Amino acid sequence: MQVCTLISGRTLEQAKGMHGGKNNDGYKKAVEKAFLSPLLLEKLGLSEGEEILLTTPYGSVRVKTCADMGLPEDVVFMPMGPMVNLLVGPETEGTGMPSFKGLKVEVDKAR
Amino acid sequence: MKIEKNVVCTFCGCLCDDITLTIENNNITKVEKACANGRGLFEGYDPHFRAPRVNGKEVAFPEAIKEASNILSSARYPLIYGLSSTSVEAQRISVQLAETIGASIDSTSSVCHGPTGLAMQSVGESTCTLGEIKNRADLLVFWGCNPLVSHSRHFARYSAMPKGRFISEGRKDRKVVVVDVRRSETAKSADLFIQIRQGYDYEVLLAIKALLKGKVLSATEVGGVPTELLQQFVHTMKSCRYGVIFFGMGLTMTKGRDLNVREVFSLVRELNNYTRFSAMPMRGHGNVTGADQVMSWLCGYPFAINFSKGYPRYGPGEFTAVDLLSGREADALLVIASDPVAHFPAEAVRYIENIPSIVIDPVESLTAKIATVYFPTAMYGVDCEGTAYRMDSVPLRLKAPLERQRKSDEEVLEAIFEGVKEC
Repeated sequence: MQVCTLISGRTLEQAKGMHGGKNNDGYKKAVEKAFLSPLLLEKLGLSEGEEILLTTPYGSVRVKTCADMGLPEDVVFMPMGPMVNLLVGPETEGTGMPSFKGLKVEVDKAR
Repeated sequence: MKIEKNVVCTFCGCLCDDITLTIENNNITKVEKACANGRGLFEGYDPHFRAPRVNGKEVAFPEAIKEASNILSSARYPLIYGLSSTSVEAQRISVQLAETIGASIDSTSSVCHGPTGLAMQSVGESTCTLGEIKNRADLLVFWGCNPLVSHSRHFARYSAMPKGRFISEGRKDRKVVVVDVRRSETAKSADLFIQIRQGYDYEVLLAIKALLKGKVLSATEVGGVPTELLQQFVHTMKSCRYGVIFFGMGLTMTKGRDLNVREVFSLVRELNNYTRFSAMPMRGHGNVTGADQVMSWLCGYPFAINFSKGYPRYGPGEFTAVDLLSGREADALLVIASDPVAHFPAEAVRYIENIPSIVIDPVESLTAKIATVYFPTAMYGVDCEGTAYRMDSVPLRLKAPLERQRKSDEEVLEAIFEGVKEC
């Protein structure tokens, strides 16, 4: 298990999936995944495409992995959408904005 | 068949107004000049008539209006939310409705650039238009944003690529710097990429401001960035002719939020002692800038407004949608052209499922799917005219290239407005 920082944001695939409708499989496939650095994948003993379990104090999700050379070893990126939001807490620190980026997340092999 | 030129695309805050559509039998059969996101918006839209629904059952329009009006007028603490993908005209009547029923009203700004609004109110903003940037800017800094994915034609139309009046060689005459946590698609096309440690934007911005003022830093690195590289970046900013910092949710959604943006604005203010510099938020939805504008004209505040005392009160963190829903305060929800079920934290979404909700949206979103009352409406800029504000606060008039077969957002809101007065 590794403790990392979780960030989320738009991807081209997520936007494309959205145009097809959020009830469609294309959208679900686009948002139900996580990007990790190849080094983090290696540390976890995983290959790209295998599943991981991500856990924060607010929830847990099981998603497929994708390798991203541009990510630091301790950062996990997920496309914005209902899946990553299961991990996001409601606190807004008096601004209205939840922490969609910068959450501590436990990353483990899905068993 | 007809060809409609110079159509405005409302997918994102760029509002590209040069799109060409080919229309056959009131369907869009070809989209030219748009990016993949814009093409998706036009090609994915089905303009055919669809009846409103109450509890999943199709009903006549007056019946749906009656049900929606009853929900809102019997609520003790209603919330109106969304507004960023509809016209200024619909936004205006939404505020009028909020005032009438004593509701809270909040736009998607609160989960986008709401913290930018707070920073603007704190230190002010050095503004400019995208036209000025195209014609004059020789330094473009993209901080915590990824326009090649989220605003795909921004580079081509407004910032990095175009030739301008004082930028005769286009991309060759401009320097592009990207500051981000990850090497994004945009970072890969930059002249300089500064990779910072996640959550350290505030520290890096403070260090840059110190270096700009000639201070010597004892630290060899700040937020994972070597001090030497920051010094080089400061020199680049001071020596440009016209610089702009575009910034995104890499600053507003992370630790520090409005404080990060405040440092961007105050850095830009300092830079104007040396050269011309501006800052601009990369606004996401097509008319989210309009939502801020309309609420500011009418209420004095851009988002997070409450009318329960009969006059507008401002309360980010109190009257913002995520707080009102996750705190289980709102007892009815009216959503206009937005999808909180897809984009809010799970706790807020679970609560939405337990209160009566009304959704007005051209597209059946995840929120529409669970709504008590759903109005499928016409889409602004496709089969409904209106006004929208570009990310630089320039208003553009939207045409309606398709013949309209559904009610507009504005018409539905007007009918609800009349309906609640009769309840």
